[in-house]
Amino acid sequence: MSGSAELNRSRTVDWALMLYVVLAYAFVFAPIAASFVFSFNSDRFPSIPLGEFSLDWYRAVATDPLVWDGARNTLFVGLIVGIVSTALGFGAAYTDYRYKFAGKQVYLALALLPPTIPVIILGLAMLAYLSRINLSGNALSVIISHVVVCAPFAMAIIRLRLSQMDPALEPAAWNLGASEWMAMRHVIVPFCAPAIFGALFITMAVSFDEFAVAWFVSGLNETLPVKVLGFLQGQVSPRINAIGTFVFILSMTLVILAQLLLSGRGAKPADKE
Amino acid sequence: MSRDTLVSFEGVVKTFGSFVAVQKLDFEIKKGEFLAIMGSSGCGKTTTLRMLAGLEAPTEGVIRLSGKPINDLPTWSRDTPMVWQSLALFPFLNVRENVEFALKMRGVGKAERRKRAEQWLDRMQITEFAERNISQLSGGQRQRVALARSLVVEPEILLLDEPLSALDAALKVRMQSVLKNLQRETGITFVYVTHSQSEAFSMADRVVIMSRGVIEQIGTPQEIYRTPRTRFVADFLGSSNLFSGKVRAGGQGQVLETPTGQFVLYGQVAAVGEAATLTVLDTKTHLSVEKPAGAVNVVPVRVIGEEFVGATATLYLETAQGQEIRVQKGHDEIADLPTDIGQSLYAWWNPQDGHLVAEA
Ligand SMILES: Nc1ncnc2c1ncn2[C@@H]1O[C@H](COP(=O)(O)OP(=O)(O)O)[C@@H](O)[C@H]1O
Ligand SMILES: [Mg+2]
Repeated sequence: MSGSAELNRSRTVDWALMLYVVLAYAFVFAPIAASFVFSFNSDRFPSIPLGEFSLDWYRAVATDPLVWDGARNTLFVGLIVGIVSTALGFGAAYTDYRYKFAGKQVYLALALLPPTIPVIILGLAMLAYLSRINLSGNALSVIISHVVVCAPFAMAIIRLRLSQMDPALEPAAWNLGASEWMAMRHVIVPFCAPAIFGALFITMAVSFDEFAVAWFVSGLNETLPVKVLGFLQGQVSPRINAIGTFVFILSMTLVILAQLLLSGRGAKPADKE
Repeated sequence: MSRDTLVSFEGVVKTFGSFVAVQKLDFEIKKGEFLAIMGSSGCGKTTTLRMLAGLEAPTEGVIRLSGKPINDLPTWSRDTPMVWQSLALFPFLNVRENVEFALKMRGVGKAERRKRAEQWLDRMQITEFAERNISQLSGGQRQRVALARSLVVEPEILLLDEPLSALDAALKVRMQSVLKNLQRETGITFVYVTHSQSEAFSMADRVVIMSRGVIEQIGTPQEIYRTPRTRFVADFLGSSNLFSGKVRAGGQGQVLETPTGQFVLYGQVAAVGEAATLTVLDTKTHLSVEKPAGAVNVVPVRVIGEEFVGATATLYLETAQGQEIRVQKGHDEIADLPTDIGQSLYAWWNPQDGHLVAEA
């Protein structure tokens, strides 16, 4: 039968594509996997064959007050950055959705610009600016800098969600007696809820991982990535692997949560039929 | 303005930039009537409805609701709920919450809200779907939710913007009778926008025909059907044969001189020398094999085609000048006519069945 030949060929292609995807992921995740494996390895230096399974490095990290400081700073900064960036991003996305005004293209371009600026330049600029207004060298300066980097991500995510909304939905709420604020609260925000939480988690993850800008402006309130550089400058230690694994798992959790929210049932465009 | 007027448009104009979407609307909507606004796509129907709902501000003129100007009243302070073309149901709320929405926005308490929503769920026969998501409903069920959601505040007027356009033909007809009955039972004024003649004529007490932002005619479906006021309306309805020409003084009265021939007009209807169009309903246009004795308005024609829809047959004919003429009859009425393609026949009508309109 001619059908079976076709079936065979497409199965081969399927396998090839599958292999390709697996290899691509392997390439991307190999360093992370290596770091993960070596974080449980008793040997001082990363080498094959592996030594014994050991939680020593985690113990070393967990008992290091400097690491705890860094973790606390990271979480604190990440939480605030997530909330502030998402709020700003929502405002910017809604402004874009709702209003037509002269110079809107410029407004959009500026709002989406920060992530395209090389982080070294952004970090330096932030340092120069924040020290001029006496804000550098503390957690607030990291928060401000990270919000600049993160808000555009939040805006992009929420803007996409708003573009899937039936344009009649908000006027329908007004028409049923909702003032503009009530419509915002009872229609726009609930409709965007998956994207709002998605943006919150993504911006927190970006803040957790961000190093360069934080290094420039953090001063004594170092976040974990900055701390890691400190370790590396002193000595190469598998403790780095332990911290890396911890940060990676945290970030991945947030990204996966965001992914579930953004592609889940609730996020599907409402009016397909 | 009479006592039974609910809404009046007085010289209402709406422009978008330099584009005039609606020009000089002057008409009234009576309390408790079913008014259809009909016209082809882009003629300004939705804009008119949106101005009444307060979603668009008139550029000029005044809109009154119960005598009071409402130009500056925001939509959320008006009781002019609208059923949207897309229905615009809230996808993150279930059926009951959708229906309760307007009451919630008005600060009605939870128990009262539930009770009043229940009544409308029941009335629209969707109680069993109350806890469902919108995405789990069929097209017809969504229509009912949209109606319940708008009517739950028991408004004086309900605005509907082509709400049936997404439904299949059979369901459309069913929903038409649901709407008509609902309007009759509640006595709520319905303003129904549609581009469909059959929807407008089957449901409405009065029809407004719009074209390019202008009202062409307002009247009952019968008035409009029998006596279209402009050539545009006659053309739009597509149920008449049209003959354009000049009015002349004739033997006992007036005649219309057209390229197809001279036709006797019924009574003194127009100024001599004026350009005008004679409209004759296709159901009032007759056919015969021999030139009918005594008939005054006769046109020799040839058969070019025929079509059967249900109980009626439509014959398509052509004059010597190439003008198409349609004749609609019951099957038995044309059974004894030879209707082969190319067959020569005579089309004729009685002068009192001809209706003269101003040349458009
Ligand atoms: N917000 C708007 N901005 C510019 N033009 C508009 C706007 N709304 C409607 N129009 C135009 O006004 C005309 C009438 O539109 P509409 O009232 O929606 O027509 P209908 O409902 O009869 O199809 C159309 O040509 C449309 O393009
Ligand atoms: Mg429309």
